[in-house]
Amino acid sequence: MTTPALEATDLVVEFPVGRGQKVHAVSGVSLSVAPGETLGILGESGCGKSTIGRALIQMPAPDSGTVRLGDRELTGLRAKELRGARARMQIIMQDPISSLNPRRKVKDLVWESHAIWGYDGDDKEAKIDEVLRAVGLDPETVRERRPHELSGGQAQRVCIARALMMDPVVLICDEPVSSLDVSVQAQILNLLEATKARYDLSLVFIAHDVAVVKNISDRVMVMYLGKSCEVLPSEDLHLRAVHPYTRLLLSSLPEAQQSSSANGDVVVERVAAELPSPLNPPSGCRFRTRCPLATDRCAAEEPLLRDIGAGHQVACHNVAL
Amino acid sequence: MTAPLLEVDDLRTRFLTPRGPMVAVDGVSLTLAAGETLGIVGESGSGKSVLGRTIMGLITNGPTTTVTGAVRVDGADIHQLTPQGRRALWGTKIAMVFQDPMTSLNPTKRVGTHLSESLRFHRGLSRGAARTRAVELLKLVGIPEPERRAGQYPHELSGGMRQRVVIAMALACDPKLLIADEPTTALDVTVQKQILDLLQSLAERLQMATILISHDLGTVSGRTDRVAVMYAGRVVESGETRDVFAQPRHPYSGALIESIPRLDAASHSLLPAIVGQPPNMLNPPSGCRFAPRCAFAQDRCRTETPALVDDVACHFPLTQALEVHA
Repeated sequence: MTTPALEATDLVVEFPVGRGQKVHAVSGVSLSVAPGETLGILGESGCGKSTIGRALIQMPAPDSGTVRLGDRELTGLRAKELRGARARMQIIMQDPISSLNPRRKVKDLVWESHAIWGYDGDDKEAKIDEVLRAVGLDPETVRERRPHELSGGQAQRVCIARALMMDPVVLICDEPVSSLDVSVQAQILNLLEATKARYDLSLVFIAHDVAVVKNISDRVMVMYLGKSCEVLPSEDLHLRAVHPYTRLLLSSLPEAQQSSSANGDVVVERVAAELPSPLNPPSGCRFRTRCPLATDRCAAEEPLLRDIGAGHQVACHNVAL
Repeated sequence: MTAPLLEVDDLRTRFLTPRGPMVAVDGVSLTLAAGETLGIVGESGSGKSVLGRTIMGLITNGPTTTVTGAVRVDGADIHQLTPQGRRALWGTKIAMVFQDPMTSLNPTKRVGTHLSESLRFHRGLSRGAARTRAVELLKLVGIPEPERRAGQYPHELSGGMRQRVVIAMALACDPKLLIADEPTTALDVTVQKQILDLLQSLAERLQMATILISHDLGTVSGRTDRVAVMYAGRVVESGETRDVFAQPRHPYSGALIESIPRLDAASHSLLPAIVGQPPNMLNPPSGCRFAPRCAFAQDRCRTETPALVDDVACHFPLTQALEVHA
């Protein structure tokens, strides 16, 4: 078996909020991304999906757990070593305009990482133009612009160009299309797909939109309240998902997006309850307060991810297989 | 046939901005019968929210705003009324639900106060009667323990609960028309469905006409009788929701529907994206405003503005059903 491009084990991220209380943002999540693979992380707001993305690039570092980029361990490195070690992992954020320094021009934004690393070859202009073209921007038009002169879609392209400049092996995309218009969203998704093939990237794609995640990913990890509840190949997402929470997510989609052939065996009654507080998550299975299948065992014992074949893992005591 | 509940006739909303005049809504006409549900879809900047607010009379003539055309609710032209006249209509004839429930609620007032305010103003109820009715309304929108919730402040409620309160406020005086402007955009998917189900069942039970404004085609597709697709301030296509989604005739509606990833499509399938960006409304393209991004545009499209004829504003409307629905 080849070494995963990125591997994380047992990540825990907690944020103290005073009075001895903590937000349990991520509680023991493991993942691995093979070279050239796209792992989708799917979940609602507050499930910890963005926190995982940030823990992977050590910004902030997880409270416990390990992150390996290729064969390099990132956790526990000193700041200076870390900067060198993680340069080949880049992140793209949700709001492209606010993640670009408003006072800098596009060419400087894209070149910034090289400037930081003190690289100053004669091919600077050529490299900038090449990477801008790679993301579908016309260098002549945008090179001298500042972020406020860009549309949301163009700004997201600049963010992707900037990430590509360091020749990364792993690209983390944190909700890269959710602030974009529908017609622009498809452009950026196609661009990410093309970029991944051209630059031999592995992607971690974090989003809340089920169909978007399904479209771009090879495998999907579904998260609920800081835990991973199901991991499965994306082709199986709408047909073979078995975790009650995944079923709830799928059944909440507008009818137009629902698949007519959805698995009818696991009927999920809608439960009106809302997301419990991450300050004080339920014992055992964290979904049990909203789960129609919940039993006493779910409160007492935390279900672990178990393999049910065909690359499919699920953390639930009660799903019938 | 009786007169429609809502008649919008050649409505134009024009703002004077520091960078020049901008026509946000450019000649929109709509009618809505009692109890009917109309969806308005479009991307950001298409003018759908401005249209909703202009219908409501929240945007009206002023120093930097010009509204022409007519909005008749039950026969009364909302832009010809005095401000007092409009206030009398708000809540009783026409009400609105906004996108972000937190900013629609006053953080210093209890939930119950939000509801009893309009009951006391419009219906002249006593404090006690208004309070009883407020609790009934909270129960109507599916809030558990309504008595306790009525005494709480907005920050003590979750996003979904807040949106239910906002809906209860809108319904307090039995409006005949409810305008919901992106009512679920700020909410999670699992909560989103609950709120849309609630709106739909209340509209049916109370015989209320609804305008559902959304950028999300999925939200609109299963829940409206008719739909109007907006692009750059104009309605480019309208019709029965089912027909528009199964066989869009305007190239923009077709491209928009196709560009959304589908759950039943294979992973890594190339999305038929629309090229370019939505136009700058300070300087919209001449002719058909979608022409610069349209795969079927011809010279005529760039010079001659297509009128909305037979529910579609296109010189060369599509004639074939979408493949994804075949």
